[in-house]
Amino acid sequence: MKSEVKARPVSPARGRRLGALVFLSPGLAYLVVLMLVPLALLLSDTVFQRGRFGGIVYEFTTENFERLLDPLYLNVVVNSLKLAALTTLIALLLGYPTAYLIAQLPRKWKTVALVAIVLPFWTNFIIRVYAWIMLLSGPGLVNSGLKALGLGPIEVLYTEGAIVTGLLYSYLPLMVLPLYAAIDRLDPQLREASANLGASAFTTFRKVTFPLTLPAVMTGSLFVFVPSFGNFVIPELLGGSKSIMVGNLIRDQFLKARDWPFGATLALALVVALVLLLLAQSWMARRA
Amino acid sequence: MRRSKLLYVPFWATYVFLYLPIVVLVVMSFNSGESAYSFEGASLRWYGELAGDERIRDGLVNTLIVAAGSTVIATVLGTMLAVGLARHARSKLLDAIALMPAVLPDLVIGIGLLVLYGALQFTLGLYSVVLAHGMFATAFVAAVVRTRLTGADTSLEEASRDLGAGPVTTFLRITLPQLAPGIIAGALLAFTLSLDEFVIAFFTIGNDDPTLPIVIYSMLRFGVTPEINALAAILLLVSFTAVIAGQRLTKIGERGPRAQD
Repeated sequence: MKSEVKARPVSPARGRRLGALVFLSPGLAYLVVLMLVPLALLLSDTVFQRGRFGGIVYEFTTENFERLLDPLYLNVVVNSLKLAALTTLIALLLGYPTAYLIAQLPRKWKTVALVAIVLPFWTNFIIRVYAWIMLLSGPGLVNSGLKALGLGPIEVLYTEGAIVTGLLYSYLPLMVLPLYAAIDRLDPQLREASANLGASAFTTFRKVTFPLTLPAVMTGSLFVFVPSFGNFVIPELLGGSKSIMVGNLIRDQFLKARDWPFGATLALALVVALVLLLLAQSWMARRA
Repeated sequence: MRRSKLLYVPFWATYVFLYLPIVVLVVMSFNSGESAYSFEGASLRWYGELAGDERIRDGLVNTLIVAAGSTVIATVLGTMLAVGLARHARSKLLDAIALMPAVLPDLVIGIGLLVLYGALQFTLGLYSVVLAHGMFATAFVAAVVRTRLTGADTSLEEASRDLGAGPVTTFLRITLPQLAPGIIAGALLAFTLSLDEFVIAFFTIGNDDPTLPIVIYSMLRFGVTPEINALAAILLLVSFTAVIAGQRLTKIGERGPRAQD
């Protein structure tokens, strides 16, 4: 203690630089080595060729990007976009009314309703997928229900419907939470004013409530779309081998086909698509 | 406020959708029969089988090792990063780098690390998963601690400096205790995320003994057994208890300043 009191005071600027060095360098070094270097490696792999037995041959090629446009792979990308978009749309149709009603609940029930929304989200991801394998498979609950109605049995597991169900189940809470936060913040007087001026409940929603919550709609949609688009576990376990998504394709390039350069190119396309979406979202949020 | 009765349809549909699979899972875990689909009678048979299953037990131990190791790394480095970014070097670029692992798709992180470990000729194993989990968890800890730092009062730190304490003493005695709740919250988040993480572990574990989510994943690929139901029920109970306890704790923490609530 004594020596510190006597120590010559360090100039604030120098102290700050020293502090920055001490506090930042370990964490940043860690992130650079384990995140930025891998990203750089992936990026550089996209212009090289695959070796005959896996591995990479360091000769320049644009072949990987040309293959991206091959209808075979383009279809997988379009299919992933379609399934992720469908999931997002259903999440919005279920999530908006849910968030809207939660926001109207008395304080005590609000907390209960919100915790009930996030609880399933905190259970193990694989277990959540497993629950749907059980419900959707041949003798599972869905077909038992259909049988009771005199219908079925139908093949539900290993269909695109099963994939969308699994994605929805995994990411629906991410839609409800931002919507709830935005709806809860709305000034009720705005809606009252609209109603007093003779607008119907639907017109009020269309002209007042919905436009004001549009940024949250975008945020929630992004939260659902992004993890759905790049997913490979749900399509594999619930979709079987029939319909693959871009995530499965990337996984297979790395673990099965051993074509790392093409896998890296697909991953780059995935990241670019997501960055474009993020930019579009922040652009729309600023205009709103 | 008028609200249409019609709105209650999607509202209840959401909750039924979220909880139906959980209820079915828990009920079927007490099934005495072999089938995962038809309930034959109540028993604890599958809990017994689960307790004797070495794959599950090893998976659980591996998961806890990875979660503990990565939480230690992430808590130390994430806290330092948050303090450094908030107090010593304001930079949008560094902020973005610190947040990136939390935003990047897990699949991209996973294959990136696979390529890196390959280039370094690193033998994959539990420790490569620890390093990988520590990396993305660092971003989450830094973000959580950061929220406590921005808007925090710096006058105590200044007073400490004025009274002659050195930077190290000030950090240990003033800054760190002030940040403690954020650090604990960040550590809990890191631990929970690691417990549940599948994709990155899947790419970085190599042929080593798998973590629990990977064990379950490979069991699923060979069909459904009621044993997984029992495991699922236990995991559900653990995470529900943790979430509700966490909810209670934050409530108690908040009670101080606004007791009228």
